[in-house]
Amino acid sequence: MAARNRAKLPYLLVLPAVALLALFVVAPGVYALVLSFQARKVTGGLLGGGSKLVFVGLDNYGLALADPELWSSIARMVLVALLFIPATVGFALLFALLLDVPRVKLARSSRLAIFLPYAVPGVIASLMWGFMYLPATSPIGGDHIDFFGASTVFFSVANVAVWGSVGFNMIVIFTALRALPSELYEAARIDGCSELRMALRIKVPLVLPAIAMCTLFTALASLQLFNEPNTLRPLSNAVSSTWVPLMKIYEDAFVNSDVNKAAATSVLFVIAALAVSFVASRTVSRVNR
Amino acid sequence: MTVPTTSGRIRLLPTAALILGAIYCIVPTLWILIASTKSKTDLFSTATYLPSFSAGIWHNIVDLSTYQNGIFWHWMLNSFGYALIGGVAASLVSAACGYAIALYEFRGRKVVFNVILACVLLPQIVLAIPQYLLLSNVGLTDSYLGVLLPQLFNPYGIYLCRIYAASSVPQSLLEAGRIDGASEWKLFHSVGLRLMGPGLITVFLLQFIAIWNNFLLPFVMVNSDDKFPLTVGLYSLLRHGAAEASLYSLVITGTLLSVLPVIALFLSLQRYWRLDLVTGALK
Repeated sequence: MAARNRAKLPYLLVLPAVALLALFVVAPGVYALVLSFQARKVTGGLLGGGSKLVFVGLDNYGLALADPELWSSIARMVLVALLFIPATVGFALLFALLLDVPRVKLARSSRLAIFLPYAVPGVIASLMWGFMYLPATSPIGGDHIDFFGASTVFFSVANVAVWGSVGFNMIVIFTALRALPSELYEAARIDGCSELRMALRIKVPLVLPAIAMCTLFTALASLQLFNEPNTLRPLSNAVSSTWVPLMKIYEDAFVNSDVNKAAATSVLFVIAALAVSFVASRTVSRVNR
Repeated sequence: MTVPTTSGRIRLLPTAALILGAIYCIVPTLWILIASTKSKTDLFSTATYLPSFSAGIWHNIVDLSTYQNGIFWHWMLNSFGYALIGGVAASLVSAACGYAIALYEFRGRKVVFNVILACVLLPQIVLAIPQYLLLSNVGLTDSYLGVLLPQLFNPYGIYLCRIYAASSVPQSLLEAGRIDGASEWKLFHSVGLRLMGPGLITVFLLQFIAIWNNFLLPFVMVNSDDKFPLTVGLYSLLRHGAAEASLYSLVITGTLLSVLPVIALFLSLQRYWRLDLVTGALK
């Protein structure tokens, strides 16, 4: 009896996760793939007035890739990512190293304060910063600084994203720092090594895996950029309805009702995201070695 | 000024840099607190960084509470419902799956784990639109289930649970239980789940925050505003506000009221955050 149960239980325990995986990851993925190869064509004569889905091969992919709006949305996303990734990882590393310096005051409360934005939804963060940017309500000089200018808007969007993600990455790097053996520091201190040298020569190389993981997470987050620009949009004309790729996909699917083109773009997007993940995780494991 | 050269002195520069970082992170919340004390007209006319003491905040809360028959509080309740139910259910699914993969040898174990690992790297957010299209075929869009169900599968949670089960549930304890005649199911829920408790709380908190913060999935999935979570609700309020600036103070007050409970929850639960678990996954 027990032996039979033992053979069955692991399957039962895995079942809910596998069922959810099949229903909400695999099935939508396959469905999107099918849609991406189809298009709605009008059928019948003047009175027939119907339409049906027909197989069109790679037509939707061609249409999606030929759309200049998609490419400008990708360019904007890359611009924000170039600001967002180094700033997030750089500040997270800086704060983690500072927290690890002996005899720093207020370390606990600073750590908590910097981690706190993690609990604030991206949309809410964008609302808060949006009002901070808005000239009429800005407490940080919105009358003098145009936060929604042609080039400043990239900084404004990146800033909201950095604000929301520095804390989590800081904790990841800080925990890795804390896991290092303390004898390492004692020896270096006896040799007269300064805290700064110790940070740069000993700590940073040893937490490189954590830094690499943060870079991967941040890179994936920038691919998924949607909440921040989408929320800032009602406050400013600087953000268009197709500002980043996900907004473009949303616009195609729900505003232009071209679900098939949106599906093709989504598939391309998933392939790109998986490629980024794959390359990045290969790099991470190489750094780990 | 004499700075003592003993090793006991405070490190001024690092401390100052940390405080600057902390201020940067707190300022938006603080400003929202100040802005929500202002009435609709004061918002645009008084010094932006000075609070108003004319009981504007009370009026704003009353205005917000009466806006469309108190729909704001409905959104708040929805957000808590989604995050709480989804967080608990997703943690249980993750715990069961992680426990089985960590402690049993069974056919297909490797395949299941590798597929789940691949899903960690798959951006869940791009699935939102295909999920909508699929769920609309079975009539589940614009329902509470449509928002809840897709968020129950949490590959990262399963990954963490596997690591945590492997390190906190000793095989020898299960063997001892088996000799005593305990069933495998009993071993799972009374030994496994109990020993995994501290790690499960972290998995729950991560999932709670993830659902609480989610915007795109409910934004895509739900049309009727009585099913919105706070994120979608406040966004829709802001969109109306673009035409009618008097709604801005409602948005600001709503933002404050939506941030305060999570911050309170977050602070009161901070000792349960086992973030070493997250980093432990690196090794």
